Order: sequence, then C-alpha cells, then structure tokens
Amino acid sequence: MSPENRNVEMPESEETKLTLGLPGDQSAKSGIKRGFSGTIDLNIGGSSEDDHEEQHDSDDDDVDVGGHIHLRSSETKAPEAKAQVVGWPPVRVSRIKNVKKSCKYVKVAVDGAPYLRKVDLQMYNSYHQLFTALDHMFSCFTIRNNLNYERKMMMEPASAAANGMEYVPTYEDKDGDWMLVGDVPWK
Amino acid sequence: MLKMANSFPEEVLEHVFSFIQSDKDRNSISMVCKSWYEIERWCRRRIFVGNCYAVSPRMVIRRFPEVRSIELKGKPHFADFKLVPEGWGGYVYPWIVAMAVAYPWLEEIRLKRMVVTDESLELIAKSFKNFKVLVLSSCEGFSTDGLAAIAANCRNLRELDLWESEVDDLSGHWLSHFPDTYTSLVSLNISCLGSEVSFSALERLVGRCPNLRSLRLNPAVPLERLANLLRQAPQLVELGTGTCLAELKPDVFSNLAGAFSGCKELKSLSGFWEVVPAYLPAVYSICPGLTSLNLSYASIQSPDLIKLVSQCQNLQRLWVLDYIEDVGLDALAASCKDLRELRVFPSDPFGLEPNVALTEQGLVSVSEGCPKLHSVLYFCRQMSNAALLTIARNQPNFTCFRLCIIEPRTPDYLTLQPLDVGFGAIVEHCKDLQRLSVSGLLTDRVFEYIGTYGKKLEMLSLAFAGDGDLGLHHVLSGCENLRKLEIRDCPFGDKALLDNAAKLETMRSLWMSSCSVSYGACKLLGQKMPRLNVEVIDERGPPDSRPESCPVEKLYIYRSIAGPRIDMPGFVWMMDEDSALRLS
Repeated sequence: MSPENRNVEMPESEETKLTLGLPGDQSAKSGIKRGFSGTIDLNIGGSSEDDHEEQHDSDDDDVDVGGHIHLRSSETKAPEAKAQVVGWPPVRVSRIKNVKKSCKYVKVAVDGAPYLRKVDLQMYNSYHQLFTALDHMFSCFTIRNNLNYERKMMMEPASAAANGMEYVPTYEDKDGDWMLVGDVPWK
Repeated sequence: MLKMANSFPEEVLEHVFSFIQSDKDRNSISMVCKSWYEIERWCRRRIFVGNCYAVSPRMVIRRFPEVRSIELKGKPHFADFKLVPEGWGGYVYPWIVAMAVAYPWLEEIRLKRMVVTDESLELIAKSFKNFKVLVLSSCEGFSTDGLAAIAANCRNLRELDLWESEVDDLSGHWLSHFPDTYTSLVSLNISCLGSEVSFSALERLVGRCPNLRSLRLNPAVPLERLANLLRQAPQLVELGTGTCLAELKPDVFSNLAGAFSGCKELKSLSGFWEVVPAYLPAVYSICPGLTSLNLSYASIQSPDLIKLVSQCQNLQRLWVLDYIEDVGLDALAASCKDLRELRVFPSDPFGLEPNVALTEQGLVSVSEGCPKLHSVLYFCRQMSNAALLTIARNQPNFTCFRLCIIEPRTPDYLTLQPLDVGFGAIVEHCKDLQRLSVSGLLTDRVFEYIGTYGKKLEMLSLAFAGDGDLGLHHVLSGCENLRKLEIRDCPFGDKALLDNAAKLETMRSLWMSSCSVSYGACKLLGQKMPRLNVEVIDERGPPDSRPESCPVEKLYIYRSIAGPRIDMPGFVWMMDEDSALRLS
C-alpha cells in the first residue's frame, strides 16, 4: 500500500505570513517581512490551492519512500533589506536572543486523516520536538526523523522500504524546491 | 563653630556619621571642615564609583582606608546596545589588585558593565577572607572556572548574582565547588548561564542553606526539578524559574502547584523561559502576595497574561513583553492599583509591521488607573501628542519616563506633527522627573521644553532627534542636575559643546555617536578642559588622517581626577592638553 502524502498548507491570512531571517535585519516598508540572500530562506506565507494540487501530483512520482509533510512557501520574494541600524531599537542582546515573532502557526494536512491540525512552530526547540508533537497529533502515523532516515538508507535500504506507514517531513522553500526538513538549523 | 566641632570627641562624631549612609550626605559631611573630613574618611565603609575611570584605585584607597563595600561601573550605558566597540575598556583587575592589598576585610564587590577575568575572580577568592557579596551585572570576560574559585573559597559568601552577564560557560560543574560545610547562601542568581548545573548539587546546596531568600535559576533547570527545589526552600522571597517548556503532565502540574502554595513568603517571580500557558495556574496561589513579576522572557499571549496579572492585586513591578497588548494593560490598570514600575518590551523589535495590538492606549490606561506609577519603559509603534498630554496630566509623579517608538523619527500618527509638545507636557507636569528617554519625530523645540522644565533631570537619552546645535545647547544650559547625557544620531555639532564646556565638568559623562562633532572641536575641548577625559572612538583609523572638520564616529567625555587612562585600545584617542601640540 503506497503511503499517502501528507501536506502542510500555509494559512493565507496576513498575520501568519512569516519569514525567517537573521535578527537585526530590517526589510523595506512594503510590509513584507525580510528574507536575506545567501542562505536558505524558509518563507512561510500565503498559499494557493493550485500550487498545492500540483505539488501533490508531482510528489506521487517521487522516489522517496514514505509520505511527505509539506510546508508551503510563499511565492513572493522579500524585497531588499533596509540598511541595518546598529543598536536600535535599544534592546539588550540577551532580550534579542529571546525575541520571537508572533506565533508561527502552520497548518498540517495529512491525506487520509479526517481533519487538519495547526501547529505553532515556536512551541518547539528542535526538529525532534516538532516530530514528536506531530506524532502525537497524528497518532496513527509515525514520523521518521531525518537522522534515522539517513541511517537506515545507508545501512538497510530494504527495511526502509518496508516501513510503509512511516513519513518523511519535507517543506517547500521559496524557490519552490522540496527540501528535507532537518538540514537547516532549527532557529 | 570651629570650637564646637573640636569639642566633640571623634568617637561621638563617628557614631553619628554611622547613621548616614547616602553617598551624597557623606560627601557633604566631609566638606564641613578638615577634622570632619578626616573623621568621615576613616569611617566610610561603602564606596560608589559611577565611572571607574573618574578616579584611580590608589586615590580611593588613599582617602578611604577602611572600606568594606565597593560598587564600580565601567562602560557607558550604550554598551548594552552594542554601540561601544569590543575592547574599549572597563577592566576591574587593577582595582582588585590594589584592594587585595589595601582592603583585606573587603566584604562586597558590585560591578556593572565591567570586564572581569577569571584571574580577577581568583584573586577575589584568595584575598578577602570575609567576602560576602559578589554582584556582576552586565559584565563579561570570565568563565565558570572563575565562579568555581569563588564557590570553593568564599566561606562566608552570601550573595552571588550574575545579572545579565556574558559568561564563558564551560560547564555546570562549578556549582559543585561549594563545600558541603558551606551554608551561608542568601541569594543566588545564575539566570544568564546556559549550561546545566548538577541538579543534585543544586538541590543539596539549596537544602543546606536555611537563609536562602533569592534563587534565580537558569533556563537549563527544567520544570520537573522546580517543585523539589521549592520544597527545599519554602522560605524563598524571590524565585526565578528555569525553563517551563514541557507538555502538560497532570502529576508534574499538581506537584508544582503544591510546592508553590508552600512558599508563603514569595514576593518576586521571574524567569518563565518558554513557558507553556497551561502551567501558569500552578502559581496562582502565590499571586496575591507578589510585588514583582518579570515575564519579559515569556511568550505568553494576552488572555493568559490577563488571567495571571488579574490575580496579582499587590503587584508593584511588572516587566512584560508587548504580547500583553492594550487589552492586557487595561486589565492591569484595573487590578493592580499599587503598580509603581512598568516595563513593556518588544516581542518583535526588528519587524516593521505591528505584530501585537499594543499602542499608546495601553500606556494611557495604566497612567490613568495606577496612581502610584512612577517608572515606565515602553516600546510601541505609534504615539500621539494627545496621548502624551493625557499621560502627563494623569500621572505627574513620573520619576523615570522612557518611551521608545520603534521606528526612528515617527511623527504623531494622528496629526503627523513632531512629538515635541507631547514630551514637553511630560517634562512640564512631571516635576520630579529624573530620567527621560525620548523618541519619535522631534525638533529642537522639544529640547527647549526639556531645558526649561527638566530641572531635576539627571539622565537623558536622545536618538534621531533635533535640528541642530540649538537643541543640545538648550539641554546643556537648562538642565541643572544633568549627570548623564547619551546621544546618538542627532545633528549636534561643535558650537553647543564648546559653548557649554564647563557644564561637562558638572556631569558624570556625555556620550555622542553618529553626531556632527568634529575632530578639531574634540581636540580643543581636550585642551581647554584638563579635568575632562575626551575620548574619540573611531574605528576608521587615526582621526589625524582625516581633515579636522571631519566628524568623529563616537565621542565619550567624562570628568576625571585620574587623568588619561593607560589601557586604551587602538581605536580610542584621548584628547588632552598635548593633543593640540602633537604633530599629525
């Protein structure tokens, strides 16, 4: 039985439009939060149903064993960052380290599950915690984390293929590429 | 009068002086006459040095031979926001070396914004047999090895407080260096440390110190451990929790709630990193007794904040993130009538769009509802003159008013005018205002108000404000009690500075960065004013290599009787009498 795809859709509302970037960057006044060049940008923003459908089809053709959790990305690229003002606003470094954006709620949809769930990415400090939480939410499925997956692939490709009901988390980045969750550091 | 002064035996005067603790009063006493100066200096036990470069260790020791407690401050305040380059100075080691010889009975060292090395800590641990209090506030340069030396050697240590310091955290093992015979701990603050300390060592330490009143844990202490610690120390008055991130487990929750309810003396709560709102009710039982609550590291949203804060009717101090929103501040104003101090920090300081519904209205509500409110630090994204006027009228008792509108040069959002009139109302109505930080769009007019009305003002912070020199002139010529002035990104130049040079000797310090003060003016100032240290801080290279009219990057001017310091790094140039004569 081929594993179903599991998709994570992004909410469309403005409040949950998100961009991850280095603390201290400021984007232009257009209101779109910043991205930064040179590193992988996990843009989580508005979605379109059409994109979702396309991705769903192409994923069926993927070679990956197991299903996918897709984190939808926004198609808009962030505008150029405004020049950084050092030391402004006047917030101590220790507070900046703790600064978090407003809740990053992310929709998780699994084909085959009767309803969607929402997950706050800020509640977790690591991919492992996120997977554990998703495990609890979708208790009929198991999420395989990145490390285990790679290890199994290297050592026992046969048994990896045999784990039919396990899922591999993936996300779509701003370039539209499907990436395995876990390569980029959590923060 | 002279006869009367001489007729009192010294011991009597000493006894009388011992009731006078404030530095200001002590200084006044010492100026009455020579014999009082002599008596006073021999019996002064506590010294406060607001700028460690204003005086040398040798001078302090020479005048005050019997000191038991010293407080030193190093870097300028703007160092907190990374405006002072790494390596600028503020080294405590020379002080420790001198005091190790001169003050073997030293009991207390309190340092703020200083560079403290392990070597310094080891010297402290070795030199002062009766050492009791070590407070390192916003310090850096030391590691947990230095802490281990303190723990191992200071048998009479009462207080170890690492408030917001940057520690090279090699391991949590240092805590285990407190010997089993050590029982005198009263206050421990390790909230800035990253690594895990041995929980069993911590529990044993807490368990054997019956006088422990204040315990601020670091984020590495998980929730499950907290209940045990609380049961070991139900006499705690101040608690900083560790991290609270955990799925809600009913048994952990009830254990924690039970432990908290046993802490009947608890007045202050802080910590709450990563707190899961479901655990908050565990502290409800002690909320009515709380006078101080620091939630500024907790990403709790306003509904949970409201539930919590509404139970703290005796709250006097609240530090919180702007997740509290206007609606939460309304609730605060309604429930906490004894509130004295409020700080609202930005949860998303670098975002451009507001992420929370916090506006000027929240501050208006609190100023209206809390009659004892006198100290405010408020970050927000919009402000109006009307709101500031209302706030000023509601609450003329402000002693500290710090408003940070996040986007520089933001005008009144209703009228698009500068906020001069609003801040003017604040200084006019709040006659006891000692500390003020302004922000938003401001012209020289606001400085006219500040100079006219800010007669009690001691510390003023300016950023992205003003039109020209006149603004600075108003402040320097009008604010009679000004001690610390810090300015960044304002178009202030040479004239106001040079015209008010004498004023600078009556102040502790002046910081100006990204302003328009020329190198030539700095040289002139250094030459004219021998009792000022005029430091040019410029990472672009020697100021001599640029035209004299070229503005300096940063300028730090402070009065000093110690002369130029000898520990300046390569990017700091001292302007002194010789500077005008030096060849380029």
